Amino acid sequence: MKLSELAQTLEASFISGEDREDMDFDKVGAADLMSDILAALSEHGILLTGLATVQVVNTAVIAGVQAIVFVRNKQPDPGVIEMAKGHDMPMLTTKYSMFVSCGRLYSAGLTGLNGAR
Amino acid sequence: MPAFKKRFNIKAKDFIHAGEASIAVQNMLKQLNVASSLIRRIAICGYEGEMNTVMHGGDGSFCVEIDTDRILLEISDDGPGIADIEKAKEKGYSTAADEYREMGFGAGMGLSNMEKNADQMIIESEPGKGTVVRMAFETGESHQKQDGT
Repeated sequence: MKLSELAQTLEASFISGEDREDMDFDKVGAADLMSDILAALSEHGILLTGLATVQVVNTAVIAGVQAIVFVRNKQPDPGVIEMAKGHDMPMLTTKYSMFVSCGRLYSAGLTGLNGAR
Repeated sequence: MPAFKKRFNIKAKDFIHAGEASIAVQNMLKQLNVASSLIRRIAICGYEGEMNTVMHGGDGSFCVEIDTDRILLEISDDGPGIADIEKAKEKGYSTAADEYREMGFGAGMGLSNMEKNADQMIIESEPGKGTVVRMAFETGESHQKQDGT
């Protein structure tokens, strides 16, 4: 799936990294616990989270996540957005809850970070 | 790869800058063309260590040493120390305050995650005397440990 298709599926808008909407990915992880992301094979995956802190961006960079999607209309602070831009990390926000976001992406054919469905 | 050493300072409770040392090391290793799975393991260990220091350890330092056959990380602090190291390494054991859990950390996974990703990990700590965590990563292809779960 391309990032632009994910944005459509979740009716999400880009906070940063809109120029990377053609980026391909096929795995998604959903977590508010950053150690869960660090403990999983999250490289080349998308992170769905309800946290919008600076640690989410750092965790995504360290873990090799390709883009971050904030659920429930979460908006990070301007400093966090600048930081994500510095790391070339696309960020999107969706009005849907974590549960509904996961369901929509699952229905669209995406897998978990370990490839499971 | 020539021997190379770099040291970063870690400040207690500085959550804004926590992670910068690990990201700097990650970028450094990318430039040295180190295998991406090894970079990921090193960055994860460094970052979990940095977060532990910022949350629990107080002021500290983060040293990386890059040699021909291995990469070493040493994260040390002058914080309260760890009374029971084996207990601290257990998955799910945590003394973290709720404010850290709200940031997505403090679930008692840091040390076990570090141990899983490092080829060797040694923790030296005593109550009142701070903590030193040393981790070694073999760079040879025959030593590549698999990352992830």
